[in-house]
Amino acid sequence: MPSIAKPVATHPSLQRNDLGLTIRDYEGAMSTLCAGCGHDSITAALVRALWEQSVQPHMIAKLSGIGCSSKTPTYFVNGAHGFNSAHGRMPPIATGANAANRELVYIGISGDGDSLSIGLGHMCHAIRRNVRMVYVIENNGVYGLTKGQFSASADIGTKSKKGERNRMAPIDSVMLGLSLGATFIARSFSGDKQQLVPILKAAIAHRGFALIDVISPCVTFNDHEGSTKSYLYTRQHELRAIEADFVPPASEILAHIGQNGAVSVTMHDGSAILFKGVPPDYDPTDREKVYAYLEEHHGKGEVVTGLLYVDESVPDLHEMNGTPDTPLTRIPYQKLCPGSAALDKLQKAFR
Amino acid sequence: MRSRINDFAIKLANVNGTGSASANGLMMQAIFRMGIPVSGKNLFPSNIQGLPTWYEIRVNKDGYTARSLEYDLTVAMNSQTYARDIRELREGGYVLHDSSWPLDPALVRDDVTFIGVPYAQLCNDNFREPRERTLMKNIAYTGTLCALLNVDMEVVGGLLKEKYAAKKALHESNDRALRLGYDYARDHFPCPLPFHLETMNANSDKILIDGNTAIALGCVYAGATVAAWYPITPSTSAMDAFKGFCEKYRKDPETGKNNYLILQAEDELAAIGMVIGAAWNGARAFTSTAGPGISLMNELLGLAYYAEIPAVVIDVQRVGPSTGMPTRTQQGDILECAYASHGDTKHILLFPSNPAECFEIAPKAFDLAERFQTPVFILTDLDIGMNDWVVPRLQWDESYQPDRGRVLTSEDLEKLPKFTRYSPEDENQVAARTLPGVHAKGSFFTRGSGHNKFGGYTEMPEEYREVMDRLVRKHKASAKFVPPPIIHRRAGANFGVITVGGCDMAVREALDCLAGRGVIADFMRIRGFPFDDNVQSFMDTHYFCFVVEQNRDAQLRTLLTLETRVPKEKLRSILVYGGFPLSAKHVEDAILRALGEVEKPVHAVPVPEIHIEE
Repeated sequence: MPSIAKPVATHPSLQRNDLGLTIRDYEGAMSTLCAGCGHDSITAALVRALWEQSVQPHMIAKLSGIGCSSKTPTYFVNGAHGFNSAHGRMPPIATGANAANRELVYIGISGDGDSLSIGLGHMCHAIRRNVRMVYVIENNGVYGLTKGQFSASADIGTKSKKGERNRMAPIDSVMLGLSLGATFIARSFSGDKQQLVPILKAAIAHRGFALIDVISPCVTFNDHEGSTKSYLYTRQHELRAIEADFVPPASEILAHIGQNGAVSVTMHDGSAILFKGVPPDYDPTDREKVYAYLEEHHGKGEVVTGLLYVDESVPDLHEMNGTPDTPLTRIPYQKLCPGSAALDKLQKAFR
Repeated sequence: MRSRINDFAIKLANVNGTGSASANGLMMQAIFRMGIPVSGKNLFPSNIQGLPTWYEIRVNKDGYTARSLEYDLTVAMNSQTYARDIRELREGGYVLHDSSWPLDPALVRDDVTFIGVPYAQLCNDNFREPRERTLMKNIAYTGTLCALLNVDMEVVGGLLKEKYAAKKALHESNDRALRLGYDYARDHFPCPLPFHLETMNANSDKILIDGNTAIALGCVYAGATVAAWYPITPSTSAMDAFKGFCEKYRKDPETGKNNYLILQAEDELAAIGMVIGAAWNGARAFTSTAGPGISLMNELLGLAYYAEIPAVVIDVQRVGPSTGMPTRTQQGDILECAYASHGDTKHILLFPSNPAECFEIAPKAFDLAERFQTPVFILTDLDIGMNDWVVPRLQWDESYQPDRGRVLTSEDLEKLPKFTRYSPEDENQVAARTLPGVHAKGSFFTRGSGHNKFGGYTEMPEEYREVMDRLVRKHKASAKFVPPPIIHRRAGANFGVITVGGCDMAVREALDCLAGRGVIADFMRIRGFPFDDNVQSFMDTHYFCFVVEQNRDAQLRTLLTLETRVPKEKLRSILVYGGFPLSAKHVEDAILRALGEVEKPVHAVPVPEIHIEE
């Protein structure tokens, strides 16, 4: 049960972040997912990223739809506001929430069923609106809660636990995001926390929609031989193409730039993403090149991971709509109501 | 024929997409400016160009301006519908038609007068461009109507001048076309006709406005900052109007920033999701839609109900089921809205009857949604939403302050040992809520899944029921806060007539007419759901009641029988649901017909006289 509490006692030597909080302050309730579920590793990465970024817990809004993935907001940052909504509908709810209060840090947690089937349209339109949020797809290629049906991300030829082969082409959220103009696209692997934490930190700093597809094996229904979303398959086929480090706003950025093969992208808040070990023909700010690279390696059966694409220049939802920096929820009513004199004047036109 | 002043109805039959709508609206507006009670009903097709469209104007010095079925004059400008239009004309009426071509002798009726004006020929002789020749025919027949009906030409001239203030050439052609039609009539026919207009002073404190504009204005005044929607007839103009008003009133004078955000969603599922997200964060948020949109919103309406999140939903009803007839009016969403979503749900409904009430009811809807932390529906319809109505000038109470309901501030939370979301509840069964980001102690987990009174996840029967039982008590408690019914009692009334929304005017007119014939009835117009005690006692104090509504399945009657103690047999339906606005004649005829049949209902309890209020 998610209501099972973890012991609150913390060791005095635990490290504290800028807010004086320990990593335990970013934990949530005990997970009720299956032992070994990839989602729990993603939760752990989120806990670390949010702690390292010193985000005020109560300034976090964690939202989800329905499914195994969508249970996970309960398992991180107890002090955050949570919203476990309806299947596939998290993007519009997050969009409305963001419209009303732009000051919160929005973490959307979704799955491949939630985002690539029932809520596909919503996700696409949240990308188009460039709603500022971290959007994690915990991608396991299978419906877990209903016991093992293929999801829309299942690869052609992948085998279900019962031995059935999938014959339909998958929807790849990364390629989809690229074609829709997503401004931050990453793919990672739940078994690779080292890669995932900096991606999440960069996503939090990104001013716009940060799409992070994390291959997250389902140990119960999709971790067998013949599955293309198993731990073994992913480890064998993962191509850690792009190494990215997140550099908080400070002079140390300069220290990193200039190293061999490094590319850096400065974020809106002055922080930077430092790309290391980028292949020679790769540019994480060039959509066409990224597309070509991914197509090429996908053709070879490789799962390319890393922070694949960033564009900090696109306006987000609020910039597109010219809203004030102050959240709309804090505009006093007197400013919103035109008053009776304006009404009298207006009605001269209704004659 | 005796002359009849300011009491007649005309029907204008046109082809849509030819510019007739603006000419017909001009005519209606001119009559309004002459100070005469008037209504205009645009009966238009779901199409951009080429299908039949009608516009009906009724003037009535006594203020009865519901749709009339007795047309004194038909302007027959659409050969596709000649036969129907001429057939519908009352005996002794007039047909104005384009005599550029001969009229089919089969259409001629002996009991009506045909007035032929060669509009096509006149316009071909006077205008060069083909599009202009088509458009100007409308203004030309408007000119003829001015002569026939004694419309003040100065008023019409003034309107054209205002309309084309920035387009001199257009103004010139319109003015010329108006004159062509006017002069031709004056030269060839005795003007005015026996029924015609004379200036009155009934409209000095009135305005001309449609319900969608009025409701949008109400949302601005209510302080709504987030609106999400998906375009759908007949509600689209509500959001268009909201956008227009926001551009006018919500641009911050100091920063130039927009103190509003309108989201055109990918579908109605998303639109209501956005409203819920924004309201969860504390914004006043709404969506406007029609029946098909409500169908799609059902899923998340249940979430808002169960998780107790405010939402305002404007449903401009059109004809269903399915796509139905998108440009026709109906009251077919009453039950859909009352119980929207799966599982046990009940919602608050508000029913304005005209545009002025649309304006007044909008802030009320937001107050109720926030007070009771639940979705609130405003049910209007196409007739209210899209037609221009003459209504009292809108008033704004400067002392109005939004009722934000039980929302804990940072200071409240500071003092609180521990916050739990769904308890303790107040006398209206409402528990306090917090808004994200306000205070660390206010954090909680909102969920559409089973939860207990503390907001925690549960699958335990007693914990689940505890919350569900409070929710139904909360819905019941809101009855005292929704607008009470409007009740008109008459001495010697034998029965009651219950109605709702846009039926108001036609039903009241019908009851006045019936009273004139000695058939006396009391009147009750429902304005909100859940029903308050007044609704119950009205039904208790009558042997039987008619329920007049615009749908096939007697949805209001069903709701009354489900949600009050009234015996089913006491309520007898009058249903008009073909898609055109209700007329008093529909009601009057139906009641007279039914009274021949109504026997004393078996289960009706004789009511002691003391219960009857006068």
